[in-house]
Amino acid sequence: MSNKHALSYWKANLRIVSTLLCVWFFISFGCGILLADFLDNFRIGGFKLGFWMAQQGSIYGFVVLIFVYIRQMDKLDSQYQLLQEQHTKAGPDRTQESRS
Amino acid sequence: MSVQVWTYLFIFLSFGLYILIALWSKAGSTHDFYVAGGGVKPVVNGMATAADWMSAASFISMAGLISFLGRDGTYYLMGWTGGYVLLALLLAPYLRKFGKFTVPAFIGDRYYSQSARLAAVFCAIVVSFVYVCGQMQGAGIVFSRFLEVDITTGVIIGMAIVFFYAVLGGMKGITYTQVAQYCVLIFAYMVPAIFISLMMTGNPIPQLGFGSELTPEYGGGYLLDRLDGLSETLGFGTYTTGQKSTQDVFFITAALMFGTAGLPHVIIRFFTVPSVRAARLSAGYALIFIAVLYTTAPAIAAFSKTNLMNTVNNAEYTSMPGWFTTWERTGLIAFNDKNGDGRIQYVGDLETNELTVNRDIMVLANPEIASLPNWVVALVAAGALAAALSTAAGLLLVISTSISHDLMKRSLAPHITEKQELNYARAAIFLAVLVAGYFGINPPGFVAEVVAFAFGLAAASFFPAIVLGIFYRRMNRQGAIAGMLSGFTFTAAYIIYFKFIRPELSTADHWWFGISPEGIGTMGTLVNLGVALVVCRFTPAPPQEVQEIVHNIRLPGENV
Repeated sequence: MSNKHALSYWKANLRIVSTLLCVWFFISFGCGILLADFLDNFRIGGFKLGFWMAQQGSIYGFVVLIFVYIRQMDKLDSQYQLLQEQHTKAGPDRTQESRS
Repeated sequence: MSVQVWTYLFIFLSFGLYILIALWSKAGSTHDFYVAGGGVKPVVNGMATAADWMSAASFISMAGLISFLGRDGTYYLMGWTGGYVLLALLLAPYLRKFGKFTVPAFIGDRYYSQSARLAAVFCAIVVSFVYVCGQMQGAGIVFSRFLEVDITTGVIIGMAIVFFYAVLGGMKGITYTQVAQYCVLIFAYMVPAIFISLMMTGNPIPQLGFGSELTPEYGGGYLLDRLDGLSETLGFGTYTTGQKSTQDVFFITAALMFGTAGLPHVIIRFFTVPSVRAARLSAGYALIFIAVLYTTAPAIAAFSKTNLMNTVNNAEYTSMPGWFTTWERTGLIAFNDKNGDGRIQYVGDLETNELTVNRDIMVLANPEIASLPNWVVALVAAGALAAALSTAAGLLLVISTSISHDLMKRSLAPHITEKQELNYARAAIFLAVLVAGYFGINPPGFVAEVVAFAFGLAAASFFPAIVLGIFYRRMNRQGAIAGMLSGFTFTAAYIIYFKFIRPELSTADHWWFGISPEGIGTMGTLVNLGVALVVCRFTPAPPQEVQEIVHNIRLPGENV
């Protein structure tokens, strides 16, 4: 893979990871700890919302987050695989050292 | 059949199964022994990781801890699951791509330094060792309480079983027994929970049950409202709101998360899968399997606390059900009739409270408290043993690979053949089992406390070093070593000061920024990061070939 592609792949990867980590922080530290008292004003069934987020919701959220990550990385990987195949077909890039 | 016959039956069956699996999955090479041949399917690895991860503490103690902590118990729940998000997003895929067997191997190669490698070996062994002693002790307790053999016999039986399949099969044997152990432990955890949820609320799903209304026999109304009411009346504070300071809960949660992501016995599980994609997937599966138990635990906590307060408070001591006296004999429940009225006063005020309850009882005695059938009571013993043994095996493997691979093959004796290396690995497990067994029988008083700190130390040493090694190409040897040393020393010093030197000062007034020793690992992580980044700026960049390694683990696709 050319350096240019490697770099843009890495940047796209970082974008995915940092977005998901923001969500991770929000549902755990945010809803489960910092905002829990405020969320307790709302109820779902017998649960106060803050309590539910702290002991249930955040964990479900973590599972969803990892699977969203897996999906997005799959998409990104296949996109770059395609690029790489086109790249190989067009002949090696002479201006840049191919490193992959 | 009596509880004891059922217990013998379940333990005999489950141990027989583990031994069969061990015979079937014998390791032939170091590759088999270290990473199970590297071809483990993501679902299988997810299940094995879950069993590896969920220890005697998760199984026996966690629900009880939560039932006494109320909402604050969330730091265990979120801390021990949220770390998997970090593991999946920041570590597992890259470490798999790097393609070595152990954590010290990554540290040593990435930071091109034998001293970094040896420091990592040291940390890995210390962290795993404290942890494994706790497991052996857990196994001993279960044996002695359920089978009424003494703790020593219990620990020796447990040691013999772990030794058998770990030495024969290495990672390969451990992986497949862990799959069986996961099934045993989750079944044993869920069955009583479902029974109790049905009984108290009519809802078969415990996760929903503890947010439902109680059945008319229990007096109706939402369970959590009842629990809050009872706790307030008796002076324990409201169950569903926090009692600890927000910043302390925040820091403890973060320390447990970073620690989870930095524990070597969890990380090495991701070296056993065939590809980077499989590493990501198995982190996802692992968290699903873990979440089943971790979302049930708070439900059990709420059920058993309600049940306990309903049963004992202000009741005649002589009218207590059979389980009360059974567990009184083991010392897990103690009644001291201070006002001499023959009734039990179970209240928050320490002066007038007459009942002390060990937290472990919430899981161990829960089926009896709810008068479930004998076979359900016996199941808990088999489940707790599965949890203790699966974690012990994973930890012993870390100790063994650190010694045979990182210490012998990569440092002291690089010319040994593969067969010799395998022998070293087996000998190391043998020794580790013996020492762990010794501490299981003669537990040093500090084990229970130190296990919690294994997380703080893992958080302050490994986690930042690995993350920086992947995400910051410029990070060099000097920065990483300085960071690890300062993070480790800072955390260890804070913990040792407040736990061992001046335990009487360990209150919120004396803690820095109100952070308890349990949460200081978070601060240690930040110290490590800060020192590493500063030192790195004033020292030369890592050599070209190391930057090349970092470049390669960032590329899509498999190893090239």
